Amino acid sequence: MIRFEHVSKRYPDGTVAVDDLDLIAPSNQITVFVGPSGCGKTTSLRMINRMIDPTGGKIFIDDQDASRVEPAKLRRGIGYVIQHAGLFPHRTIVDNVATVPFLLGHDKRAARKRAMELIERVGLDPKMAKRYPAQLSGGQQQRVGVARALAADPPVMLMDEPFSAVDPVVREQLQNEFLRLQGELGKTIVFVTHDIDEAIKLGDQVAVLRVGGHLAQLATPAELLAQPADPFVAGFVGRDRGYRALGFTAAGTLPTNDEPTVRLGADLRQAKGSAQNGWVLVVDDRQQPQGWLAFDGVADSALHGQVTSDLLNLGGTLARQGGTLREALDAALSSPSGRGVVIDDERRLIGTLTASEVLQRIEERAASTRHEAGVAMASSAPAGSVVDGAP
Amino acid sequence: MILADDNSSPLKLFSYFSNNHSQVLSWLWSHAWLSVVPVVIGLIVSLPLGWLARRYRWVYPPMVSLTGLLYTIPSIALFVVMPSLLGTRILDPINVVVALSVYTVALLVRVVADGLGSVPEEVNQAATAMGLTRFQRLLKVELPIAVPVIAAGLRVAAVSNVSMVAVAATIGVPELGQLFTNGFQLSVSGPYYPPILLGLILCVILALVLDFAIVLLNRSLTPWRRVVAAR
Amino acid sequence: MISFSGVITWLNDPGNWRDRVGQEGIFTQLLNHLQYSVVAILIALAIGLPLGLLIGHSGRATFIVSAVNALRALPTVGLLILFYVIIGPHIHGKGDAAFLIPTEIVLVLLATPPILANTYAGVQNVEPAARDAAAGMGMTSTQVLFRVELPNALPLIFSGLRSAALQVIATATIAAYVGLGGLGRFVYDGLASRDFPQMTGGAILVAILALVVDLLLALGQRYAVSRGVSGRFSKRALPADSRSGEVVQLEVASA
Repeated sequence: MIRFEHVSKRYPDGTVAVDDLDLIAPSNQITVFVGPSGCGKTTSLRMINRMIDPTGGKIFIDDQDASRVEPAKLRRGIGYVIQHAGLFPHRTIVDNVATVPFLLGHDKRAARKRAMELIERVGLDPKMAKRYPAQLSGGQQQRVGVARALAADPPVMLMDEPFSAVDPVVREQLQNEFLRLQGELGKTIVFVTHDIDEAIKLGDQVAVLRVGGHLAQLATPAELLAQPADPFVAGFVGRDRGYRALGFTAAGTLPTNDEPTVRLGADLRQAKGSAQNGWVLVVDDRQQPQGWLAFDGVADSALHGQVTSDLLNLGGTLARQGGTLREALDAALSSPSGRGVVIDDERRLIGTLTASEVLQRIEERAASTRHEAGVAMASSAPAGSVVDGAP
Repeated sequence: MILADDNSSPLKLFSYFSNNHSQVLSWLWSHAWLSVVPVVIGLIVSLPLGWLARRYRWVYPPMVSLTGLLYTIPSIALFVVMPSLLGTRILDPINVVVALSVYTVALLVRVVADGLGSVPEEVNQAATAMGLTRFQRLLKVELPIAVPVIAAGLRVAAVSNVSMVAVAATIGVPELGQLFTNGFQLSVSGPYYPPILLGLILCVILALVLDFAIVLLNRSLTPWRRVVAAR
Repeated sequence: MISFSGVITWLNDPGNWRDRVGQEGIFTQLLNHLQYSVVAILIALAIGLPLGLLIGHSGRATFIVSAVNALRALPTVGLLILFYVIIGPHIHGKGDAAFLIPTEIVLVLLATPPILANTYAGVQNVEPAARDAAAGMGMTSTQVLFRVELPNALPLIFSGLRSAALQVIATATIAAYVGLGGLGRFVYDGLASRDFPQMTGGAILVAILALVVDLLLALGQRYAVSRGVSGRFSKRALPADSRSGEVVQLEVASA
């Protein structure tokens, strides 16, 4: 756990970077600092490992006052990942990863062995280990940066815009793998970004900071979308938040309709017989949906041969049973037949449902949330929640 | 203690200069000439060579290594070897001009090649897309953008040439270096500073003037840079 | 017109390589030349390297770099003769000391600026992200300097060292003009006695010495600089988005 107690950073020229910051970053969770440039998010992060010393207040790491620990010693116990990775150009990847164990005087061979494990763990080919940073792409370098921060197995990790210098496709990959890794490791992470979507995607809790270093709101992503504390946060969180909030609302068990299917390789004429409203869902031998087949306006005489994968429309997304309302709605809206496909954890077909059926479920969830909020309003003051925050 | 010596007083310096001014001015003139001409020749030779190294990638490494190798030859050695190569007399100033031109080329080829290469790729592509031929692109885009880099190289060449020209006086070529050798010969019975100090001062002034002239030339050739700097 | 055949004859004559009464041979003068040069370069390294590292690391007192750089505008022959005239008369006896001390001072003055400036620039050019990461992972200031900044500054430090070595070897030749030994002896003695093969032969020996020393330093550089920094790795393994960012280096070679 990292605790900020009335922390301020004021520069000699009078600029205030951080103003009376008071918050707790809980153990084993990801706390994201997000805000526009100049909001003091990086300064706040860098005060944790004393790259910057606060001018007021205190920071406690697991109840130890950080200002009482010698900086170099403090930092060796905290993982640190930065925007351009900051790999050492003169060292091979494996030696880059083993930097902190080497500093701590660990056995070189053991440190390299552990570094090799980490290189694989962050999704890099072990052949990369003997290369130099200049031989890696930006995304690969960033993975090495994460591996390096993990090398001494620190309980706390600080990450300063680690994924913002790579292209959107790679960024999404890195984010997903980062979440997977955190699921396995359960580190206490403070993560800085200027990208609210990244904050909402990665954060267990999100601290929105405004220019001048004020904490505008500290909340879970769902709360942030549902109940922005003020116009600044509302503006920063941005548009479509009603829709985006659905991504944090469990759909529960969706009421699905049975969907007739045909298998890949089935006769086309027979397949047409199973079509509803001109569309039939095609599955493979394991009942996993493969795509939709259209029969509208196709004469029987034109139908020869079998159902093959190149005839399929792949437009529809799939909703997992037990997933979020956003997935369910998207599956219905994106399906060419208008029937959203619901699957189980093995990607097998459960059934389909229409957009109006999803909307009905959304209405039900909203009504129950309003009811809960009404109860809450009776005891406490502010309200206005639209959607429940339970993930 | 030493500089308070009678022989090094500024008055002596001035009287030395007024007693020998026609001689000193003619040395200054030939020193300037010997410093500037190689810079001009060097630039004229390096431009096409640098362009070649840029245009054909495989030319670059051998060209840069070869010119770098020339740069390792001490100037005195080059001055002395020149007569054997050119068939000139030992004291012919041509030796100095050719030797220093070689140095300037050695320095500038790489600078020109790197300068032409400093044009951002998207600028080059935009120029090509707008229909400029390769030659037009060189003249209207690459060369102007390379001017500051080339000018920086020219400044280094000019300043080091002033120093290297003075070396030629030790083998008898008449220029400002003669003030040093004269001072050396006049100091046999006791230190005699005026010519040595005068030589140092004039050499530094000449180097500064040449340096400043190149800075001015660079500025007049790259008006867009001033706009950026003023913002 | 001077022909090269005379020069080759002079260089091929074993008598010229051995010491004779009243005149030292090529071997001796070569060793002298090397000795003057190595001493000056070592002293310049001892001054320029720590100073450049310190200024580059701390970012303080950068005016020292520009001040030392301004020294380069001074003509070395003038400095050499000035120092000889100032110091020479105060040193009596002790063999070559009257020539050697002023020469070494000038050679050190000459070699320090490129070493200092390049060391400073090398440390300055280290990627800020690498420096930040180093501190963030718990390296002390000294560890950041010696484990990150110094190894990454080595290519520029070596180029400064090589440039310094070339200038020192060249200027040590001119020291013969004021009376010191070294390969310059053949140049100036040859000139005085109109023995042009000797003069040209001496000049060629200086050029060869300079080339060999530069080559040795280049080999040292190859050995000392990490392949990750020099870029000497298989280009096939390079990712598509990397571009070689070579720094344009300008060096003044005076003398």
